[in-house]
Amino acid sequence: MNAPLIGARIERKEDYRFLTGAGQYTDDVELPRQSYAAFVRSPHAHAVIKKISIEKAKASSGVLAIYTGEDFAAAKLGGLPCGWLITDVNGQPMKEPPHPCLAQGKVRYVGDHVAIVVAETSEQARDAAELVAVDYEVLPAVVDGSKARAKGAPQLHDIAPDNTCYVWAIGDKAACDAAFAKAAHVTKLDFINNRLIPNAIEPRSANGSYSRADDSYTLYVASQNPHVERLLMTAFVMGLPEHKVRVVSRDVGGGFGSKIYLYAEDVAVTWASKQVNRPVKWTSDRSEAFLSDAHGRDHHTVAELALDKDGKFLAMRVKTTANVGAYLSTFASCVPTILYATLLAGQYKTPVIHCEVTAVFTNTTPVDAYRGAGRPEATYVVERLVETAARELKLDPAEIRRRNFITEFPYQTPVALLYDIGDYNATMDAAQKLADVAGFSKRKEESAKKGKLRGLGYAAYIEACGIAPSAVAGALGARAGLFEAGEVRVHPTGSVTVFTGSHSHGQGHETTFAQVVADRLGMPIENVDIVHGDTSKILFGMGTYGSRSIAVGGTAIVKALDKVIAKGKKIAAHLMEAAETDVEYDRGVYTVKGTDKKKMFGEVAFAAYVPHNYPHDKLEPGLNENAFYDPLNFTFPAGTYVCEVEVDPETGVVKIEKFTAVDDFGKIINPMIVEGQVHGGLTQGIGQALTEGCQYDATGQLLTGSFMDYSIPRATDVPFYQVDTRETPCTHNPLGVKGCGEAGAIGAPAALMNAITDALGVKDMPMPATPQTVWQTLKNKKAA
Amino acid sequence: MHAFKYHRPSSVNDAAALAKGEAKLLAGGQTLVQTMKLRLASPSDIIDLGTIKDLAGIKSDGKTVTIGAMTRHADVAHSADVKKAIPALAALAGMIGDRQVRTMGTLGGSLANNDPAADYPAAVLALNATITTNKGKHEADKFFKGMFETALKPGEIITSIAFPVPKRAAYTKFKNPASRFAMVGVFVADFGTGGKDAVRVAVTGAGPVVFRQAEMEKALAAKFAPESVANIKVKQDGLNTDLHASAEYRAHLVTVMAKRAVEAALK
Repeated sequence: MNAPLIGARIERKEDYRFLTGAGQYTDDVELPRQSYAAFVRSPHAHAVIKKISIEKAKASSGVLAIYTGEDFAAAKLGGLPCGWLITDVNGQPMKEPPHPCLAQGKVRYVGDHVAIVVAETSEQARDAAELVAVDYEVLPAVVDGSKARAKGAPQLHDIAPDNTCYVWAIGDKAACDAAFAKAAHVTKLDFINNRLIPNAIEPRSANGSYSRADDSYTLYVASQNPHVERLLMTAFVMGLPEHKVRVVSRDVGGGFGSKIYLYAEDVAVTWASKQVNRPVKWTSDRSEAFLSDAHGRDHHTVAELALDKDGKFLAMRVKTTANVGAYLSTFASCVPTILYATLLAGQYKTPVIHCEVTAVFTNTTPVDAYRGAGRPEATYVVERLVETAARELKLDPAEIRRRNFITEFPYQTPVALLYDIGDYNATMDAAQKLADVAGFSKRKEESAKKGKLRGLGYAAYIEACGIAPSAVAGALGARAGLFEAGEVRVHPTGSVTVFTGSHSHGQGHETTFAQVVADRLGMPIENVDIVHGDTSKILFGMGTYGSRSIAVGGTAIVKALDKVIAKGKKIAAHLMEAAETDVEYDRGVYTVKGTDKKKMFGEVAFAAYVPHNYPHDKLEPGLNENAFYDPLNFTFPAGTYVCEVEVDPETGVVKIEKFTAVDDFGKIINPMIVEGQVHGGLTQGIGQALTEGCQYDATGQLLTGSFMDYSIPRATDVPFYQVDTRETPCTHNPLGVKGCGEAGAIGAPAALMNAITDALGVKDMPMPATPQTVWQTLKNKKAA
Repeated sequence: MHAFKYHRPSSVNDAAALAKGEAKLLAGGQTLVQTMKLRLASPSDIIDLGTIKDLAGIKSDGKTVTIGAMTRHADVAHSADVKKAIPALAALAGMIGDRQVRTMGTLGGSLANNDPAADYPAAVLALNATITTNKGKHEADKFFKGMFETALKPGEIITSIAFPVPKRAAYTKFKNPASRFAMVGVFVADFGTGGKDAVRVAVTGAGPVVFRQAEMEKALAAKFAPESVANIKVKQDGLNTDLHASAEYRAHLVTVMAKRAVEAALK
């Protein structure tokens, strides 16, 4: 029997492949008779298409075909669907304007798809795309979500008056208003949660191919959820049966949400591959990615916290306008509602919460889930309010949190969620110690001597991961189930291939999942391979997002393992001539109670495939089991982050001196991989707060359309993180796991902005805290 | 990228003969190639200067450092001669872009392109360098004409740049948070000679083209110390405003960077 693998820092199995350039990304797939696509995109944020002239482009060298919205309409291709129905405050369904793959008569954002050009080479496709002449009647545009409903604002969609997708609310408004009326103190903030552009290192790519031999399609695509992609594309857009479509997403270089969705390009290359009877490949360049990958965040929020004189939270009232962009992307509707407002209780016993969310259309790139998806926005609301309230009431920011922490579990929040377990004092204690909060005032004095401003800020975040119980999701409007599937295929000589519906696009599942399997089967990790990302190999899958993989996908694998082990027990009992009830199993070894008889798992597997001596009357040969797992509840990772900054008041430069993260992810399979996830999440969170901010001009042109103007954090922008964990195992999955992929991005912005506002001595300031913004904030403070 | 004809001339004269019409000279390619990849430029011909002997190299005689136009930033940054004679120039070269850019980018290419946020123009102007071309010589003060505009005539190719060695100098750069180009870069050079041009202060990144800051030069000539410039308010008129910095902020940063450059020069 091998040493336990759960909790071991095992190096990632997949890294040899990645580090030696042997990964198989979508753009690496070159098929026989490959052709290439380029898209003609709108240069205008809002315009009527009066005429598209393709003659000159069609005559261009190497061009095979050009298709426009008219061709797609004639082929009766549907629009891109939205996977979540939100019901508004009046009980009406949200407004779902058509989202055509190629524009039908009108374009609604810069980068909107107008035509697809297919040619022999990628350069020829681009050359020809430049020759497609489109006659536009340019219309005024609206880009700012808070102006979308203003009188006279340009209207994007006929079916959505006032550019309103929905007005949705959660919580008891009357009780909330009553609590505010009696409050000793009210803290109020009005801020923007800045729009972000995801920028996975691998740009999106799609390669569609059609086989006339069996009338089937294969789509290679950089996707986080190939089965969902297939379901949406076949059932809702192309009207194809699923068994005729295979979707493959083997290696994917980062997603952060942006590769969850069904995009127009994916459909277009798949459909075009049949028309030209050749495989059609498109790979986004970075400029296209800035324009066309779904963006994240973009909320305008007014938030209030009511407190009694002792700093006890009485109620929270939140009003948010969420800019969803020009069209509803696949999960756009649930991000600012279900994934946002339900998290507003945070770690606290706030008894009454009311949140109203207005989702609006604007002439901007569609907005959807981006690492954290709703939960960073919620955490920012809660943790900025709490820290500000502490300052206003002259309470220690940690103390005000402790006074309000939920300490008894399970805990039913006033915003629908049922927290199963947590220990918020434990993570707070550990974070304060690790961050040396006690020594802060001394460090602040030292900074002051150098003319620098030092500040400290906390964020005690919570997130709901492991999405989701399908029944709950369905009741809330999800148009899909949110279970996961797994299959454990034991080979005759005892090695194992595991098929998972989760998808790894950098997370290290091939190692983490293999640890779980090898541990349970008592075999070396080398004997286990994890396969993902191919609808022809994997029975089904809902994919990876919302930090759900280990909690939902991992559990599905465990359920399949349980079946394998149970069947093995019957075989072992037969082989050892014992009653099944007397056979015990522990990590790869079957024993008979009270005897020295034992059979190794490998021997049992061999017997299953070479069943000479086998209970054929009771069992089928073979050892191969699958399982579907629908979670019983969300999981609730939580933690405390402490950020310490030093600001140069002369230039406005913020230096993060220390960043401490203590997370409770439940049981941890591979601490090294978890730390990597935390580091990455924190860096993205710091990016939101310090450097990143998508900006459009008033006409809807993207001003931050490249890395020359859009600043993602670099190694020198972030400190060496101090990370640690505390553990309260999840109560409702067998591994006790909660998920760790998004925590950093959820908690970091609030901690950082709390630290910066502390350093500057201001109530609030906008994200990102660029040098200019910090300098301007200090200047305004001096002038005030 | 659109198709083009590629040339590898073996002499400056051959290169100059090819440089006509829609042809473009290729030095390190750190701007031109990116522009071509984005399809914003589509030259008919590319004339690669990389194969011309004698265009790259560094010579120092103690009074002047002469650097060939095709010398890469990394070579300037690592040159023992430059580090000894004008350490601020070596430091500046080491601050340009990233490792890849410094390995390819050239001094001549940077000057001919004259990007308003480039670093080298600040050194050339503050050190009062002389730019030699296949057609003659240019004084630094008359070379940088405007945004992406220089005194170079069509077909004129920079061959080398001669930098007088100052008594002390320093370059401080406030990087654009996104591009890491100079949002404001200040090169301060003290020749220790007294009188006119004894101290030269050149500012890059802040305006449409590199410029000298006369008020600071005068104050520093009188006394070369940080406090001489610390309270000089730079006028924001004519300075750049963009997403990352208003003209007002840039004007403020010019003073801060100048002060820090003087501090560094004195170290």
